[in-house]
Amino acid sequence: MSAEFLAALRSRFPQAVDRASADHPAVNVPLAEVGAVLKFLRDEQAFDLLMDVTAIDWAEGANPRFTVVYHLLSTTRAGSYIRVAAPCGGMDEAPVAPSVTGLWPGANWHERECYDMFGIRFEGHPDLRRILMWDGYPYHPLRKEFPLAGIETALPGADVAEETGTQVVAAPMAGGPFVASSGEMNLSEAEPRAKDESWSDRVAQPGQTPLRQVKE
Amino acid sequence: MVSASTDYGYDSKVEGGVIVSRADAAINWIRTNSMWPMPMGLACCAIELMAVGGARFDIARFGAEVMRFSPRQSDCMIVAGTVTYKMAPQVRRIYDQMAAPKWVIAMGACASSGGMYRSYATLQGVDRIVPVDVYVSGCPPRPEALLDALMKLQAKVRREPAARRLLSA
Ligand code: SF4
Repeated sequence: MSAEFLAALRSRFPQAVDRASADHPAVNVPLAEVGAVLKFLRDEQAFDLLMDVTAIDWAEGANPRFTVVYHLLSTTRAGSYIRVAAPCGGMDEAPVAPSVTGLWPGANWHERECYDMFGIRFEGHPDLRRILMWDGYPYHPLRKEFPLAGIETALPGADVAEETGTQVVAAPMAGGPFVASSGEMNLSEAEPRAKDESWSDRVAQPGQTPLRQVKE
Repeated sequence: MVSASTDYGYDSKVEGGVIVSRADAAINWIRTNSMWPMPMGLACCAIELMAVGGARFDIARFGAEVMRFSPRQSDCMIVAGTVTYKMAPQVRRIYDQMAAPKWVIAMGACASSGGMYRSYATLQGVDRIVPVDVYVSGCPPRPEALLDALMKLQAKVRREPAARRLLSA
């Protein structure tokens, strides 16, 4: 079904190799080729819609550590969807990829989100700022080493932080994760609850300060 | 004849058209019955807040239907929804811009405690940045629960020493 554009892609770009995929066709291309491949798919294979730009973090120590993935859809040829993946260049901590905002203006926010969450710098992006977290946030939360609960850091808005004495704290897991019980019991017993209820955000865990510091 | 209420006294034998009251009772009566909300609708709870404003639940019965989108004109901030850390300074600034006296209702699990969002992006309870008068449980709370919170807040305001605070301010 999809053989035609894949064959055309392969004959034009011999470096493009098939990528394992459970649904749509997907290819791996070298980072240097990704701009040309996407332009070819857009202009000559009618992939006119950029659905998504996202990334994969293969965890610390992997080489390459990050892969960018572009999702394309053709609105004129029914059922045509392809993913193009490319390993990021640059150092582990500062990965880079070329921006495709020149091909699809809609890539702008996708790339900003990708930068915000993974720290991938898209070269040639007209306005590469964070989009979800605030400017000045020091981490990239979707990286593997970043804990879901977050890391202690300053609240945005220095005046408010000073006035309230509040900062960004690691979210209290309060004995979580919260698990439901199954079996013969009444509904309120079966509700999800923490495995360890001996501490909360007001009552400290042994050897730790309580998470919630309420100013009286 | 003297009424049993301590909020006002009325004696028809003395003077037909005169009611005697305490300053606190009069001020608090005014405040409780025209508590204009600042709708801080940040997530799904705001939908229930809108329902409370609608005809079926009708928050107008309690004098709080005048949703003011200017903090200068509002008395009670209803924080309805998930407060992210990115939004937190703005919530505090809007609270700071409200004229005293002012109150805060934390509506729903998110505003009260961060709710199910035990994550890096969510403020774990709006009481970390503004003083909260009434917390409403629920995800989202039923509209009746918000009305109940409003009535609780009105009861609280009725007990305030309003006149003394005004004079010492
Ligand atoms: S408490 Fe529930 S309904 Fe309300 S904002 Fe949070 S998630 Fe949405």
